[in-house]
Amino acid sequence: MTEPGEPSIRAVDEGSGENRGGYDATFRVWRGDASGGELQTFTVPVNEGEVVLDVIHRLQATQAGDLAVRWNCKAGKCGSCSAEVNGRPRLMCLTRMNTFAEDETVTVTPLRTFPVIRDLVTDVSYNYEKAAQIPAFTPRPRDPDGNHRMQQVDVDRPQEFRKCIECWLCQDTCHVIRDHEENKAAFAGPRFLIRLAELDMHPLDVVDRRDAAQQEFGLGYCNITKCCSEVCPEGIHLTDNGIIPLKERVVDRRYDPLTWLGSKIRRRPRD
Amino acid sequence: MTATAPRGTGAASQGRGGGGPDTRRAAIAARTLRTDRWWVQPLVTVVVLVLFIAYSTFRAFQNAYYYASPYISPFYSPCITTRCEGDSFPEFFTGPAWISPAIYILVLPLGIRLTCYYYRKAYYRSFWLAPPACAVAEPHRRYTGETRFPLIGQNVHRYFLYAALLFNVILFYEAFRGFRDETGEWGHMGLGTVILLVNAVMLFLYSISCHSCRHIVGGRLNTFSKHPLQYKAWTAVSKLNARHMQYAWISLFTVAFADFYVFLLATGTISDLRFF
Repeated sequence: MTEPGEPSIRAVDEGSGENRGGYDATFRVWRGDASGGELQTFTVPVNEGEVVLDVIHRLQATQAGDLAVRWNCKAGKCGSCSAEVNGRPRLMCLTRMNTFAEDETVTVTPLRTFPVIRDLVTDVSYNYEKAAQIPAFTPRPRDPDGNHRMQQVDVDRPQEFRKCIECWLCQDTCHVIRDHEENKAAFAGPRFLIRLAELDMHPLDVVDRRDAAQQEFGLGYCNITKCCSEVCPEGIHLTDNGIIPLKERVVDRRYDPLTWLGSKIRRRPRD
Repeated sequence: MTATAPRGTGAASQGRGGGGPDTRRAAIAARTLRTDRWWVQPLVTVVVLVLFIAYSTFRAFQNAYYYASPYISPFYSPCITTRCEGDSFPEFFTGPAWISPAIYILVLPLGIRLTCYYYRKAYYRSFWLAPPACAVAEPHRRYTGETRFPLIGQNVHRYFLYAALLFNVILFYEAFRGFRDETGEWGHMGLGTVILLVNAVMLFLYSISCHSCRHIVGGRLNTFSKHPLQYKAWTAVSKLNARHMQYAWISLFTVAFADFYVFLLATGTISDLRFF
């Protein structure tokens, strides 16, 4: 650990040894575990074109060899390096250093919504437990020739949600569980509400998940403040294309007497 | 990708209750570590909405200066009592003189805005601070969202949409009546006609870009391929829906401005710019 302003190794090209317009950045990184921790300050060299994860790796390689950080693809596709950078849930590998001023202190902390294991690594098993509760995809019987057939136009909507890389940034930023741990029992979180929406919109699926969405997975807790959509690195419109349509489907089922009546007298087709 | 399993019920992991944080979380005392000006957006929302509510409340209770032939303020349209000024709309009953005609109708436009999915986001964030901004801790000890009374009532949004569509028709009707002069003769047009027409168009766009409308016209279906007309309608509404927030704000300004223009005419502060 270095004090702010303390000289450090300058950013240089590892091949040629030339300085590539780098600078020394001040990083505050949360270090600790479930028993406690603190923000520690480091001065770390930064090269042009780098992302926060590069700097965290350099920090780990040069000053804090025991820094725990989860990462894998470095390309925004595995969802491993989720953290909070200057208080905002981000993938470290997609957060470019040139979005910060050179004299700006960059604060990196673990996801706040989940129990910390160590440093920047959290225990995200809550999400996998919720995932296991979602009623599985259950297709209708195959056509007589043994195939399942569906039109692309019918699966465009569910396919948007299949882009999810399960980085858990939406789960982390959702205030329903971020600010209220007690709601984790009743609320599945935005990632699994769009999973329910994906299955409910699927043209082949035959399981009805609307009552479960409201009663077992806590759809009513969502007050559609759209933070999940704001942080999604895949640009999925969780709220507009997933959660709100699912809410409307639940309204069809539970709160709209005309729709209910129409379905009872079979004047309103379900599909 | 998510693994799925046979359907289970109940919670995967019990919460700790009591509204407190999980003690196993990283110990970070700060309410937020955001360094940007996250408070600007909720503050602007509060200021604009409070100004609109104050102005519209004053005008709704004022019970005067809402008609300047041939224009009627959108706050008083449809004007349905016999005490209404002008000849705008069928007069259904005679209410007490001290009750403004606007009071009878404003609950419907108010209802669609109050239950609108966009405005819910805006006022939950800026007025109720739940949350004030993303990754900024909210101040409440407990949170139940829209699971119980009164907020479970947000689910009636589509009924306010139906009422709003009816109002849209009436506002177009009133705007077309603006193609008259002060004596009621047809074939004329003024700046007020343009203002009322623009207002009617923006309110209509706000209504049909609504998330409930998107669901009703086709979003509820799973097999668009079997319903090509509904798919086209859904596609069109989806494009508008992407701009729902903009229509929400623009129509808020146009309705207030249209009312203010009629107010200025009715008080004699200005006279209408007549085109022909």
